[in-house]
Amino acid sequence: MKSSVITFPGSNCDRDIDVALKKFGFKNKMVWHADAELPKSDLVVLPGGFSYGDYLRCGSMASKSKIMQSVINFANSGGMVMGICNGFQILVETGLVPGVLLRNKYLEFICKNVFVKINDKKNKYFKNVDNEVLEFHIAHNEGNYFCTNDQLKEIEDNNQIAINYCNENGKIEDQFNPNGSIKNIAGIFNKEKNVLGMMPHPERMIDTSLSGEDGSLFFKNLINNLK
Amino acid sequence: MKISVIITLKKDVLDPQGKVIHQTLDGMGFEDVNEVRQGKYFEIDTKETDNDKAKTKVEEMCKKLLANLVIENYKIIDLK
Repeated sequence: MKSSVITFPGSNCDRDIDVALKKFGFKNKMVWHADAELPKSDLVVLPGGFSYGDYLRCGSMASKSKIMQSVINFANSGGMVMGICNGFQILVETGLVPGVLLRNKYLEFICKNVFVKINDKKNKYFKNVDNEVLEFHIAHNEGNYFCTNDQLKEIEDNNQIAINYCNENGKIEDQFNPNGSIKNIAGIFNKEKNVLGMMPHPERMIDTSLSGEDGSLFFKNLINNLK
Repeated sequence: MKISVIITLKKDVLDPQGKVIHQTLDGMGFEDVNEVRQGKYFEIDTKETDNDKAKTKVEEMCKKLLANLVIENYKIIDLK
């Protein structure tokens, strides 16, 4: 399985996701934002970080960079595109997934482990994951997911919510919502579910000497689903 | 030609920064403030000399980059 990770000026989780993808069997290539062509890929990842210093709105400049037209075409032709953290912010700015990510409700940069509940398993990202709840890491200032009422209705009707913030037992309540996101949304799909944007970082949970192994479950499962 | 644009958050969008500014103003003794909403201001200097054309171009810039229309409105406030 071939993957590509796009590096933007200010990306800082690109090498982490490179390590994670390779660990679980992907042949990964790093792709510079100013390139026009995507290498042949089964999966494209937009990594976390602070592309363009978060100027204007997080992800807004990166969403207009040269490589993104190829990424958008790839996604529109059914290609798997995953945006993590700043990558999620870039995805919403391209319009590939609906909504926006606002400043966290309590104006704090949040850096901690959270639990997320998998809302939908009829997709290549979470199909066959045994667990209902995964422990991932979040580190962001703008992760407060917001969309219009019409968009929310469409998202819910199409079952586009991927994961919600919850407690270790999978309870989705306001008190387990770290950033004020509508409906505790931590990640969403596009309509076709080949594009996934999420604030949590599975690549930070791939080793017991880091902070956990739930990211390993995610990546092992992902590569099997793509085979 | 110089064009000035302001970008404001739509009414229903939560503005935590505006809220904190409001609280701070309140603490400073400006107690009659009802609400504060924070926005952005841009000055765009363009080679275009035709008013209408410049306006159309800047509107396109707003729609494509400067504003995110899910949460923000834009308004051209000055053109000279």
